[in-house]
Amino acid sequence: MTEATFDATAVSPSNARRDFIVRLRSSAEYIAIPVFALVVSALLFSLFLAAIGKSPVEFFELVWRGGFGTAFSVQNTLQRAAPLILTALAVAIPARIGLITIGGEGALVLGGFASAAIAIPMLDRVPPLPTLLIMAMAGALVGGAWVGLAGALRHYRGVNETISSLLLTYIGIAIMNFFVEGALRDLTNPNKPSTKPLGDAYMIGKIPGTDVHWGLAAGIIIAILLHILMTRTTFGFAARITGGNARAALAQGLPVGRLIVTCTAIAGACAGLAGFFEVAAIQGRANASLAAGYGFTGILVSFLARHNPVAIIFVAIMFGGIVASGGLIQRRMDLPDATVLVLQGLTFVVLLVSETLYGRFAIFKAATTSDRT
Amino acid sequence: MSVDAPVRAMALETIGMTKIFGSFTALGDVSMKVEAGSFHALLGENGAGKSTLVKSIMGYYHADRGSLLLDRQETLIRNPRDARAHGLGMVYQHFTLVPCLTGAENLVISRADAPGVIDWTKEKKSLDAFLDRMPFRAPLDVPVASLAAGEKQKLEILKLLYLDQRLLILDEPTSVLTPQEADEILGLLKGMTDRKEISVVMITHKFREVTSFADSLTVLRRGRRVGGGNVAEMSTDDMARMMIGDTQVRDRAKRAERPAGKTTLDLAGLMADDDEGLPVLAAVNLKVSAGEIVGIAGVSGNGQSQLVEVLSGQRPLKDGRIFIRDAPFEPTRDAYYRMKVFGLPEEPLKNATVPRMSVAENMAFRNFDKPPNAKLGWWLSPGPMRAKARELIARYQVKTQSPDSPIGDLSGGNVQRAVLARELSGDVDVLIVANPCFGLDFASVAEIRSQIMEQRNKGAAVLLISEDLDEVLELADRVAVMSEGKITYVAPVQETDRATIGMHMAGHH
Repeated sequence: MTEATFDATAVSPSNARRDFIVRLRSSAEYIAIPVFALVVSALLFSLFLAAIGKSPVEFFELVWRGGFGTAFSVQNTLQRAAPLILTALAVAIPARIGLITIGGEGALVLGGFASAAIAIPMLDRVPPLPTLLIMAMAGALVGGAWVGLAGALRHYRGVNETISSLLLTYIGIAIMNFFVEGALRDLTNPNKPSTKPLGDAYMIGKIPGTDVHWGLAAGIIIAILLHILMTRTTFGFAARITGGNARAALAQGLPVGRLIVTCTAIAGACAGLAGFFEVAAIQGRANASLAAGYGFTGILVSFLARHNPVAIIFVAIMFGGIVASGGLIQRRMDLPDATVLVLQGLTFVVLLVSETLYGRFAIFKAATTSDRT
Repeated sequence: MSVDAPVRAMALETIGMTKIFGSFTALGDVSMKVEAGSFHALLGENGAGKSTLVKSIMGYYHADRGSLLLDRQETLIRNPRDARAHGLGMVYQHFTLVPCLTGAENLVISRADAPGVIDWTKEKKSLDAFLDRMPFRAPLDVPVASLAAGEKQKLEILKLLYLDQRLLILDEPTSVLTPQEADEILGLLKGMTDRKEISVVMITHKFREVTSFADSLTVLRRGRRVGGGNVAEMSTDDMARMMIGDTQVRDRAKRAERPAGKTTLDLAGLMADDDEGLPVLAAVNLKVSAGEIVGIAGVSGNGQSQLVEVLSGQRPLKDGRIFIRDAPFEPTRDAYYRMKVFGLPEEPLKNATVPRMSVAENMAFRNFDKPPNAKLGWWLSPGPMRAKARELIARYQVKTQSPDSPIGDLSGGNVQRAVLARELSGDVDVLIVANPCFGLDFASVAEIRSQIMEQRNKGAAVLLISEDLDEVLELADRVAVMSEGKITYVAPVQETDRATIGMHMAGHH
């Protein structure tokens, strides 16, 4: 120990500044390392493009133009960011309590289906606003139950939540297909098995002055509320104790099982709401198009944002742009749609590798580190 | 295997060894001389730089300045593999053998030249020949997991000798052993150094081990060498003064004479299963009164850790009841709070903290959901939380850079002090303590024991579960022995002795 560490016990204004610097340095690490990972994956992806004889410069230029270059592309990007924010939250909240769930896709599909199904008897009988509220509630409840089930299985029966949430996703998609192709199929639509369309009157509108639906606003508000929940409330504090050390949480008498099930249910509810917005703002009905991969891209978004709900908003917009530029890239560079998936997969692997870098750089550390004997 | 030369032991010397982390000098200009065939003790407080020095020697760290001489030749050790090739071996605080393999398998696979296909007949023969040359043996045919701690430690040392290491570095080798096992193993090593077969460097806090076994010593304080020389020319007072410097060590709290209070903690027929579903607690019955310390002694693995887990809500109770002041107790947050039940678990970083949360947050675990830390029962106020942490950090002398530093960055003694501050700063009715001094240094041990005694004097019912019999005898008003999941013996500390307790620990009752 140096002399300086003894001073830390006294209360003085310089302490407040030092505490602030300690916090600042560690948050700088959380930004610098993911940015570094992004740059590395962009470089690797450039190598991939060069290897198949395409220009990396042109690619990234098109991503920029297709995602953010024009007012139209920005709105297209934001449209796609909305479900990504919610599906990323579906990964981030369980991650705070120490669980890696990847069942957002299933909760999105089932939530979307549930909201479409509950609307069928209400159409033309109940006014649009209450109908939409009930649809949203149905989506959130069904999605919450779906991922909450993975959490409950984990706590009470010791089933690995990553595996069970993934498998529940496939079951969820199968359940939707079962109803959409069977009992709830709209027979007037011969092309694609779907539920009965909501009709324009029952669709969610756009945010005034834009072409972006209200799902974006809802996603941003929910992300901020969940951030506050996890950082500023006793529930969030208890969840962080449980996520950091379940043994310590038990010794503090915290209701670990209830915390786990609640966090996973919140996660599922977010993804279920994403499904509701896809149905009520974009598709107008439930069909196989709901399983468009937003649930899986959300995993990447959450990891890149280090499971921080506010950071998720920005990362989701960035990925919304990449997803939105897919069509343009396909047309201009004669690359398959899946190219964007290669970029995403590559980013994910680089990101997971970069997790090992935390705590390795002195610059992010406090000025004096304690020696461990 | 080796040819037994007259002097096999290796001499080691560090000159001006310096290691700097960021702006913190962990090791400043440390010179240490270990003669061939000597038993050298390395003494120092937590954070004094003992581990840093040893890790720099072994090649885990690269010293910023300074050099290392092995047998008077300057040697560059780039990594632990180099150290091994030069005949340096290390025994860690915790075992590094593969538990599911037998001793023989552990020895053979540890060899750098272990063959892809092992000819066991040949290996067995050469292992037997090797053991015949050794001054002690350990069972090689059973899985390591089934060995007692003392046998495991012997096997760790045998492994290094098998690998032909000529200088052994031991990092607090006796912290996991019973006193008898420790004396036996250190005695054997002492014999080997006397015969000049090996040299030994031992990191320790225990003066008794230094005076009975070591020839020479080096004392470190805050990264610097502050003394050393021949053990014979030094008293333990000299050593303590060098180690602690001008830091004040609190006086040991006196046992206040007080009439026995009413029964506070009553364990009635506690039963629980272990992780495999086998019974591990077979009806534990014990009463602890207010203002009394009941110490549970026992050979480790007789259900002590499971008893602690049951009392701290980490293991479900299969049968039996816990009563506190005659009211049934369940390990819920509300009950801990209402009945003022607190605990000091062993290995606090693993059992009582969240390493990546800050010191202030960790200190608020007991009361983050109570005013002034929480408004309306759910809205957190970090301000009061941090202010309270500052007060506790000062009062309990926790060395941390800031209340916002992650608690995982603190040294072991400081983590324990932070937990102590959290658990003992309020009113305590029941205190569950498990191996509170495990792996801590002299000054921290004295301090923690006196804090426990203070709680007793203030009227808390203290249940102390410890594998260190000296600790039980020092602190307890009554001694209980746990064997095969039951309390088999209880007696006031004045009416019993080591021999009787030892007999019950061994299962003779």
